Amino acid sequence: MTTLTSLARIEAADQGRAQLIRAVRHVHVSDRPLVVIPLQLAGEPCAPLAAMIGDDRSAPRLLVVANPLNREDRFRFAAELAGVVLGYIGRHAAGPEPAEKEAYPDAPQLVLPNAGGVTFTRLLGRSTRFRPTAGPGAVPAAVPALGCWLTYFAERAQHPASSLLLTATGALSAHWATGQSAAEDQNLAALLGWISPPPGLTSRQAALLAEDPARCPPAGPATDPAFDRDVLVELYKAIKESRAAGAGEAAVEGAATERRVLVLLERELRLVLEPTWRLVWQSVDLLRALPAGGHVAQRWTSDRKSFTGYARYLRDGGFPQAKRDAAVDAARRLARLEGEQEQLDAQMAFDDPLVMAEHLMTGRAFEGVVVQAEPHRLDQSGKRAKLRPWITLETADEVTAEPGAELRSPARPGQKAAVIETATLNGRTRVTLELQSGMGRGLAPAPGSVPEREDVLCYTTLTLEFQPPPGFPAREDTPWTHGGPPPEYVPADQAVAEPWDGSAWEDGAWEDTAWEEAVQGGEPS
Amino acid sequence: MTMEEAARQARLATEDILAVMRSASRGVVVDSPPGAGKSTLVVRAAAELAGQGHRVMVIAQTNEQVDDLTAAVAVALQPGNSEQGVRVGRLAKSDYRPPERVERLPSVTSAGDLSELAECQVILSTAHKWATVKAVGQWPWAIVDEAYQMRSDLLLRVAGLFERALFVGDPGQLDPFSVVEVDRWLGLSWDPTLSAVEVLLRHNEDVPVKQLPVSWRLPASAAPVVSAAFYPFSPFTSATSAHDRRLGFVTSPFGRSSLDRVLETAAETGWGLYELPGGHKPRTDREAVSACAALGARLLERGALATSERSAEPAPVTPGRIAIGTAHRDQAAAIRSELVRLGADGVTVDTANRLQGREFDVTIVLHPLSGRRDATAFHLEAGRLCVLASRHRHACIMVARAGIQELLDAHPSAEPVHLNVAVKFPDGWEAQQALLAHLEQHRVVAT
Repeated sequence: MTTLTSLARIEAADQGRAQLIRAVRHVHVSDRPLVVIPLQLAGEPCAPLAAMIGDDRSAPRLLVVANPLNREDRFRFAAELAGVVLGYIGRHAAGPEPAEKEAYPDAPQLVLPNAGGVTFTRLLGRSTRFRPTAGPGAVPAAVPALGCWLTYFAERAQHPASSLLLTATGALSAHWATGQSAAEDQNLAALLGWISPPPGLTSRQAALLAEDPARCPPAGPATDPAFDRDVLVELYKAIKESRAAGAGEAAVEGAATERRVLVLLERELRLVLEPTWRLVWQSVDLLRALPAGGHVAQRWTSDRKSFTGYARYLRDGGFPQAKRDAAVDAARRLARLEGEQEQLDAQMAFDDPLVMAEHLMTGRAFEGVVVQAEPHRLDQSGKRAKLRPWITLETADEVTAEPGAELRSPARPGQKAAVIETATLNGRTRVTLELQSGMGRGLAPAPGSVPEREDVLCYTTLTLEFQPPPGFPAREDTPWTHGGPPPEYVPADQAVAEPWDGSAWEDGAWEDTAWEEAVQGGEPS
Repeated sequence: MTMEEAARQARLATEDILAVMRSASRGVVVDSPPGAGKSTLVVRAAAELAGQGHRVMVIAQTNEQVDDLTAAVAVALQPGNSEQGVRVGRLAKSDYRPPERVERLPSVTSAGDLSELAECQVILSTAHKWATVKAVGQWPWAIVDEAYQMRSDLLLRVAGLFERALFVGDPGQLDPFSVVEVDRWLGLSWDPTLSAVEVLLRHNEDVPVKQLPVSWRLPASAAPVVSAAFYPFSPFTSATSAHDRRLGFVTSPFGRSSLDRVLETAAETGWGLYELPGGHKPRTDREAVSACAALGARLLERGALATSERSAEPAPVTPGRIAIGTAHRDQAAAIRSELVRLGADGVTVDTANRLQGREFDVTIVLHPLSGRRDATAFHLEAGRLCVLASRHRHACIMVARAGIQELLDAHPSAEPVHLNVAVKFPDGWEAQQALLAHLEQHRVVAT
């Protein structure tokens, strides 16, 4: 946690109200996101219990599993879920096929209440994407397709710059600081209590009430144990008994009982899910009300490209994602994630003065007033003279950049400035910079391209410049230090095995390069 | 142990390593405690391999490390020092200018492209630069320095270049890290965020692991403490004995301030704990920062003299021989500006990450847990404390607020344990306790 965030938390606690710690919104919020609230059975990491889902806040769909421990019921649920999710995704991939490097005009966006929901999404994707669609234990074709997409969204959630999958708690706490601990912020109702308490309540009262599961049912995927004990156990017992009723007359009666109990189950689960449904949409509204940061559109473009690429890959018969990354895939993915993180940090700082303020405090940036400018200075050392204006700024901030370092200013992101020298006297530092670009072509600077005396400017070592990802060996060239090339997988038994174990990412398999493409393609920034 | 005996042990260990290398099918890993002559080994191995007629690639992690090794290898392989002179190549970015100590050596060629180094038999560069080299056949041997600080994804990029390799490094120092937190590779033997050595050994269990037995840097007062706290399973000793290293002052103190008392404790015993009153403070704790700077300035004022095996006469401890180490960059910056105010500039002030691999006569350390409310994994990390407590040839003074013991007791290690992930031992908590228990005996309360 940065010093400024700590301060904001103290202020929030002091004033009894959450504090905005970002001047702009750094995530994209879709016009029509798909809100998904999954619930799981206690003690079973991936036994779905129910889900409330939809892109229309007035018409949530409730999907319920009659018996979460029954595989058929589980996959029936998965098929129903696939109907909603794939339908929503399909609407975004419906138009004419975009050209090679282009993207669909919009991409789907999933909004979940919290990080637990993402884990559940990943696990549900893992349990469905390898299901066979023929032979024993076959499932509808939509189930493995759902698995691929859920896995895709859960993986995109690991990309620092992606907004394809948002969690309400994650997105809200990235923009607001509350007076409670980070662990308490994981409770969506408590977090929203701090940000926008219901009328008549203070933030503290609202956050305190949020701790009562009877008033504010947990936002999932785990349910309240008291609810499990008092409600679920009885209902599931009734369903189980009705199914074991026997043959003939009894079976008909059993089916009728099951239908009746299912209605009760649905009613109970709706009561549990509806408060969270409202809270997630409230979060979407709160986020949407913030003005978007300058680079949000560029990042969403990279999301759209990624989505388009994956939709195309699946349509062309691509394999489901491998269970594990092979050595080369893992290294490549890490390099991509790190590159994205670095770019995101810079973009957020350039878009948002409150983020830049954090860098001002750590010495990664400084703000000063121009005390001297030589706009017409020429560098005569080479064959041809080059325009290299010098400016000197005076600042009270700490300056950690050393001579030779390349700096940028959010006010003039296209202009390189190299540190010539720094000198500190009485707590004030004078920094002399050489401007190296962004002044037009000739030997005289274009008007306004060189800062003038008295201008106040911020300079930082953060750079928006894109570093291309490093090269890695091909999969089949994995060196001996990393176990050599991964073996070709031979399925032991076609009927039960998950056939693409470990080698789904063949050469030419789909790779998420959207970020590089978006950044290099000169998208609007 | 006499120094002759230490030298004999070190020589035997080196001979053993070189012998194992001759018969190695894939490579050798050498664990080296702080200051155990890692660079000497790299130079010896490079000379040995070059002597056998092999072309050798040397991989280090930073340009500074490469420059140091280049100079050392070139001198060892000069005509006169070796049978026939061997040309040494320094591969670097085309705009990189090697420092004077490398440039003035006639047998070194610097170039930005491998093709310009065709006549060089030993070529040195950073791992990042090697990773951009297009492989034209494999090199028979590579020497990887600071291999525990190299991330395995970087090794993945360069490992295709060589058939066999000697990996040298200090397992007790800081682990490599990543700016993103992803748990998807936890438990995988090729987790890209692990160190190069860890991944290498998990895939090649037959690669022998050797150890260098004596530390030339750490004095007799420090080696047992550092060895017990950070290297419990691969103990090492100091090459020097207590009377080989002495620290004294040309002046006597006027009065008896706590600063002088802790300096004297450190001079006598090799350790000092300068304890400030307890309290929870921000990271750049003003009092602690001033205390670190004041100790550095006072050490210079008093005119410290270091007697060691390096020279017959006591040598003055100049600012360049003193370092102040911190956990965070902002702490280092605050101490630096305080030193300037006291007129004691020239003293090295840096974070543990940047002090790795460096050596000083006296170090002053702002304890990573000083003034903290919580003990996070970052502040507990054994590698961080190990780096800070093992940079000195004579004495180490820790500056800390009282209450670290209570802080540690309130924060037992609670890191999750994952399947297939090697458990770090000793963990940071244990190492902190061990060092603190020793420092307690050298405590001076600030007044």
